[in-house]
Amino acid sequence: MEMTEATTIQKGLDVYAIRRQFPALEREVKGKPLVYFDNAATSQKPQMVIDAMTKYYTGFNANIHRGIHTLAEEATAAFESTRDDVREYIGAGSREEIIFTRGTTEGINLVAYSWGRQNLKEGDEVIISTMEHHSNIVPWQVICEEKNARLKIIPVTDEGELILEEYEKLLGPKTKIVSVVHASNSLGTINPVKKIIDAAHKIGAVVLIDGAQSTVHLDINVREMDCDFFAFSSHKLYGPTGTGILYGKKHILEAMPVFQGGGEMIKEVTFNKTTYNDLPYKFEAGTPNIADVVAFKSALDFVKQTGKEKIRQHEEELLHYATETLEQIPGLRIIGRARKKVSVVSFVMDNIHPQDIGILLDNEGIAVRTGHHCTQPLMDRLGIPGTARASFAVYNTKEEIHKLAVGIEKVKKMLS
Amino acid sequence: MKENKSIQEIENEIVEEFALFDSWDDKYEYIIDLGKKLPPLEDQHKIDINKVKGCQSTVWLVSEFRDGKVYYKAESDAIIVKGLISMLIRVLSGHSADEIIDTKLDFINRIGMTTHLAQTRSWFAGDGAADEKFCAGL
Repeated sequence: MEMTEATTIQKGLDVYAIRRQFPALEREVKGKPLVYFDNAATSQKPQMVIDAMTKYYTGFNANIHRGIHTLAEEATAAFESTRDDVREYIGAGSREEIIFTRGTTEGINLVAYSWGRQNLKEGDEVIISTMEHHSNIVPWQVICEEKNARLKIIPVTDEGELILEEYEKLLGPKTKIVSVVHASNSLGTINPVKKIIDAAHKIGAVVLIDGAQSTVHLDINVREMDCDFFAFSSHKLYGPTGTGILYGKKHILEAMPVFQGGGEMIKEVTFNKTTYNDLPYKFEAGTPNIADVVAFKSALDFVKQTGKEKIRQHEEELLHYATETLEQIPGLRIIGRARKKVSVVSFVMDNIHPQDIGILLDNEGIAVRTGHHCTQPLMDRLGIPGTARASFAVYNTKEEIHKLAVGIEKVKKMLS
Repeated sequence: MKENKSIQEIENEIVEEFALFDSWDDKYEYIIDLGKKLPPLEDQHKIDINKVKGCQSTVWLVSEFRDGKVYYKAESDAIIVKGLISMLIRVLSGHSADEIIDTKLDFINRIGMTTHLAQTRSWFAGDGAADEKFCAGL
């Protein structure tokens, strides 16, 4: 199959122009051009994000808030400006609802510890699903153990979709919170979060949506979705690592006890009584990850400039092409056949361990992720030790998918 | 005779053998071949206590202490790891526990495989410093 540059320039998205903005894509691995298909783990960063970090450190590095000098004012303005852009990006009602964290994991932990400690009691139930990332399992296990609350699990079909009828059966007067992933990192399944949220709200439970995988691919509007919490990371969205966002409805966040104590989150400290700052600072103890938050704004700008709809169309085309191409390979089985998916293709191969696939594809310059993808219960449910996973971003091309297919055929030959 | 060779000498032999390969493909084909030839571990040894934790693939390791020397048997469900196991057995098996513990065990690094297999770096459910050393090579 011959692929030409022209075949992947479509609908106004010039993927080659986009690729030129990502310096890491120019490197070689094992003497071959890098094919980066590990975007569900983390995306590469465009030059404008890297430049924003350099600009911060070379131009206005200062600790934020409370500073009266120029650099502190500039740093504070840049930091807070990212908050405004994030609010707009996810359609939140106010900037007070946007809390900076280290990432999705910390956001979920914040809710489990703060909201969970205050609201869960013995016998209460927390609902998660079989396809959760460990980050959306372990924090709930910890708090459930502490409170003698129970964890209930929404089952999945063989195709990798949540069984909503079973979910509805799990909902009951003891259900206090439902915490589910928007898009599965292992399978790509897009879950019907609106239905899940509405059903939970009917019985008075709150809902957290793990948006780690969805935020880069889908249009997010937390108000339309009506979730109570929404957690995601910058680094899967072309932004820096070590920065994430927890959105929470204002009245819920206001009622929650503090998570970590320290600077910035206080109003007044005395040894008798400390009073806490207002939202969002109440949940942002200590000096935050200023440089990365500042640069995250540039990642959002990159998405805006490129156009979310164009990105989505391109990724959908890649997903479709990859699914069609890979399923033609004898002995290869795609894991995750949900009707709605983000651009993730997980697969296993007859008599070949995913680790061998990963190592030998790396030898071809192709980066995929192998293993259980931090979703061990899901792998157990599907009866497999793990998968090889190719996940696509805006800068990937059909030529690269073709290389993947050729690489897989070579792996088969080497291991036969 | 193996008994006459130190761990370091066997490591050097492997490094020399790998120096003959022109390409990464050749190196992998050799390791895959070693993996295919590794004798299977008997089923009675494939139990939890013999599992090396933290590996992407499942690795079972059993060691036996005989006449002052440690002898290894191991297996994995991934072929490249099996090839690596085969080399580790060749290097370490049949030496005293002290020798095994004291070795730097750097041939894997010297043949250029570290970056590929760092993800499998692991620990062992069993006990014994010599067994831990074996696992450190994975």
